[in-house]
Amino acid sequence: MDIAAELLAGSRLALSRAITAVENEYDEATAIMQQLYPHTGQAYVIGVTGPPGAGKSTLTDKLVKVYRRQGKTVGIIAVDPTSPFSGGAILGDRIRMNELTLDEGVFIRSMGTRGSLGGLSRKTADVVKIMDAAGKDVIFVETVGVGQSEVDIVKAADTTVVVLVPGLGDDIQAIKAGILEIGDVFAINKADREGAERLKAELNMMLDLDQAKSAWRPSIRQTVANAGQGIEELVATIDEHAAFLGTSGELVRRRTARARNELIALIEEQISHRILKDIAASGQLDALAAALAERREDPYAIVKRLLAAYLR
Amino acid sequence: MERHIRVLVAKPGLDGHDRGAKVVARALRDAGFEVIYTGLRQTPEQITEAALQEDVNVVALSLLSGAHNTLFPKVVNMVRGKGMNDVLVIGGGVIPDADIPGLKEAGVAAVFTPGTPTASIIDFIKANVK
Repeated sequence: MDIAAELLAGSRLALSRAITAVENEYDEATAIMQQLYPHTGQAYVIGVTGPPGAGKSTLTDKLVKVYRRQGKTVGIIAVDPTSPFSGGAILGDRIRMNELTLDEGVFIRSMGTRGSLGGLSRKTADVVKIMDAAGKDVIFVETVGVGQSEVDIVKAADTTVVVLVPGLGDDIQAIKAGILEIGDVFAINKADREGAERLKAELNMMLDLDQAKSAWRPSIRQTVANAGQGIEELVATIDEHAAFLGTSGELVRRRTARARNELIALIEEQISHRILKDIAASGQLDALAAALAERREDPYAIVKRLLAAYLR
Repeated sequence: MERHIRVLVAKPGLDGHDRGAKVVARALRDAGFEVIYTGLRQTPEQITEAALQEDVNVVALSLLSGAHNTLFPKVVNMVRGKGMNDVLVIGGGVIPDADIPGLKEAGVAAVFTPGTPTASIIDFIKANVK
């Protein structure tokens, strides 16, 4: 079947198969992406990140329901960690989103990180594009539970929501250099617990110290996701940020930076793929590795030679 | 091109016992599969839609309530009805031996009863996923 054409005609099965093709790097993946690309750029992408157990999935579930009430269609990409040992993964974010499963205006896809360390999988950006081309108005990208430095989400999202919970105590100090720098909006979830006010005060203090003084000062909202509290306010804040990005020209700047990053990644991927595929299949790769191990060659000369041969 | 077997582990029906499903999910993960776990009390409609969105190779149903003769074939039919013709539907739980031929007849590829080593499930999936 012509996956891209069927996807554009509204087939959910084709949407699902297209994601698999891209995620598994099937031969037809590039052709599919090429066909879909002209239909992308319409969706608004919201990243949801934060430590494990903060309530990202539950919060996403509630946020999505608000957008659905507004009549918007939604795509959700939920990333969970792949085991570095077995290559397997338990993808469990759907458990919190079961009520959305039968909503035809919602499409949820779980992804394993498959070796990526930035909180997303290498193909997440492509899956965003696929859902975008399928006509989703809003796309949520939920990262793995993150610690300090998994900040790839900023490269994929228009608005990044960092979900925190009270009780991490002084850990706020430890994580401030990482994910706290990437929040456009902060959600203090489980805000009915002790320490929510203190966390808010600490966050505010940290934001006040921010020297980079962007025109957008990140907003802090308190939520109790499983009770549905603070959700409408959080959506209003996300929408405010989206409006700010639009009027300030920041959205164009962010999307241009993203396009640039993606182009660089694509160039790197295609070049290395082309060379590696060849030399691995011919057995040359093993021979070169053996030569290196015995110090009969140096890797810099090898790469120089390969580039000269392939990049003519 | 990488091969990743994706398995939806789902609990149809109304029983609240998911320890077996979790043990199987964990074993499948350790075998290198991507396991999508959807939790308790899923309707056949929800299971089918989740299988479609996740583009899984296998739907593994765990059921202890006794409703397997109704729910397993229903999932098979709904999955096929959505065009997922290659998807393997397998089942497990407390299922009387006498019911197994009927379930297979209905399109359930395999039925694993209590005491099955998880390795048999893994081997079956590896051997039968297209």
